[in-house]
Amino acid sequence: MTDERNEITLHGIAASPGIVYGRAYVFTKHTPRIEERAVTADEAEQEIARMEGAVERSEKELQKILRFTEEKVGSQKAKIFEAQIMILMDTVLFDAVRRRIRKELKSAESIVHKEISKYQQMMLKSPDEYMRERAHDVEDVKNRLIRNIQQDRLISRFDSKSIVISELLTPADTVLFSRNDVLAYATDMGGTTSHAALLSRSLKIPSVVGLKEVTKHVQQGDWVLVDGYAGTVVVHPTRETVSRLNKKKREHRQFEERLVQIRDLSAQTTDGKDVRLSGNIEFSQEFRYLSQQGAHGIGLYRTEGIFLRSDGYPSEQAQYQEYKTIVEKAKPYKVVMRTLDIGGDKVVAETHEEENPFLGWRGIRISLDKPEVFRTQLRAMLRASAHGDVGIMLPMISGIKEIRRAKEHIAAAKEELRAEGTPFDETVKLGVMIEVPAAAVLAGDIAQEVDFLSIGTNDLIQYLIAVDRGNETVSSLYQEFHPAVIKTIHHIIKEGHRHGRPVSMCGEMAGDPVATLLLLGLGLDEFSVAPVVLPEIKKIIRSVSYRETEEIARHVLEMKTEEDIKDFLRVNLHSMVPELLLE
Amino acid sequence: MIEREVTITNRAGLHTRPAAALVKLAAKYRCEFVIVKDGYEINGKSIIGVMTLAAEQGSTLLLRFDGEDEGPAAADVAGLIERGFDEV
Repeated sequence: MTDERNEITLHGIAASPGIVYGRAYVFTKHTPRIEERAVTADEAEQEIARMEGAVERSEKELQKILRFTEEKVGSQKAKIFEAQIMILMDTVLFDAVRRRIRKELKSAESIVHKEISKYQQMMLKSPDEYMRERAHDVEDVKNRLIRNIQQDRLISRFDSKSIVISELLTPADTVLFSRNDVLAYATDMGGTTSHAALLSRSLKIPSVVGLKEVTKHVQQGDWVLVDGYAGTVVVHPTRETVSRLNKKKREHRQFEERLVQIRDLSAQTTDGKDVRLSGNIEFSQEFRYLSQQGAHGIGLYRTEGIFLRSDGYPSEQAQYQEYKTIVEKAKPYKVVMRTLDIGGDKVVAETHEEENPFLGWRGIRISLDKPEVFRTQLRAMLRASAHGDVGIMLPMISGIKEIRRAKEHIAAAKEELRAEGTPFDETVKLGVMIEVPAAAVLAGDIAQEVDFLSIGTNDLIQYLIAVDRGNETVSSLYQEFHPAVIKTIHHIIKEGHRHGRPVSMCGEMAGDPVATLLLLGLGLDEFSVAPVVLPEIKKIIRSVSYRETEEIARHVLEMKTEEDIKDFLRVNLHSMVPELLLE
Repeated sequence: MIEREVTITNRAGLHTRPAAALVKLAAKYRCEFVIVKDGYEINGKSIIGVMTLAAEQGSTLLLRFDGEDEGPAAADVAGLIERGFDEV
């Protein structure tokens, strides 16, 4: 089982809990593996057809990107894609590829690779810097072509249970891999709140991110141990390491089993204050696990999954079916559906090139710019509201005007449905994610416009402290317990309550056990958390009195540094809930 | 076979857009068209080939045309380059 080579321990960021031991599958996305496979003369014609299909598809993709780039970034940057499209129309190049496939009887991708690399090498030799840069464009177009040639084989080839090792996983990759039996993920880049980390957590797959050089240390098929509690990856672990971690795994499992006992009980403090404990999900398939964990409804249903899975935008009917399934499953509890929050790190990189995506075109900004897409989604959500308790939530709101414009779209969608005689819930509630500092400052004004507020801590924290959570060089500055973050949360809850609006939290912080006492004490009405941490949070809530947590919160609001706050909260948590296993 | 020596006069050199214009023009003729620069020889009807030449302003290219319509092809293509791709 173990390896005679030296054990290497790599330290990263724990992104999703669990301990797993298995073989590595190294996934290199940007430089696809080229298989130089021999083919028969008949197969050569199929290879040529595949190559031609890939050229066509690549051109379509690039035309789309080109239009998008021209529209949003300007034509200077779009030129790069124009050059790539011209390469795809190079008949001399592809005639040569055809000839060589027939003559050498090799797979299309290997010939495409060889033929294009030839030019690339010449460009790289050029003393002209501009020309060397063009070599990268040629590289891009080559990789796109090869990826399109390999399209389905890329993912489906990966079938056995493995630990996926990669530089970076986009949300789309994570989704694709989740269809297979992935044991764990370990990546070079990424932070704990990157979307890929969120997804792996909700899919209950252990993962460690920000390992910086895991792809350098791991070879295809190596034995690897991933500890998603501590955030470490051990390559070629010794027998001792494996048994030590197995013991740790058992302890965690036992604790988790004990949590099952409180699954069906409500999240009520010892002095009788009820809070709502709901879950965050992205796919209807996650629902079963969520209800097993004892969630009372869904505080954040991310609708991006259905968009990422389909080509183009999903139809109203397709969305309605998906939303309805979730609403019916969640009955009698509420489902808060967030309108499309694509953008930032959540779009496939190639469709979206912005200098600063987190400050760019995302969330409600896209929805308001694309009213046909927004209206379709709103109609699907409203129709789903006929089947249960639905709340609609708007992401990335930065001011009142956006809320009012969104409300106009909702009113118009309702009017359409009424005219058609299509049923929906007239009392469907509208809420806003408070994740932009401007919205936090205006929490009181926003509360008067809508029915509920939900704090999205991941973005709120990074915007407030000006730290890119996905950038591992500065990600340590991303502090959940920064005094400014806590004062801001306090302000939002206070303002929401002043206007009689419930305030929930659907960000990562809601699922951090260290934060639970504080958030309770600040008066948070609803915790919406990743399914995996839900029982633990419930355990904490049920073990403490609200009065005590109010004291704790008051004290924390006086403290000056994140370290002091964290220490104070940990000490209190440990004394109030001693059986909790804190990493 | 006709050979013509030309100098790149436009400021941008034989970069993407001029390269595309050159290839587009050459494609109208049936004769073979080869460009030679610093010992490299590429097919003048291939955009990726022409881009590879990295011909900057002031560099000299040897154009070689071979085929029945080589006369008008040479005049047309050499003309385009000498006029600086009509962009100067």
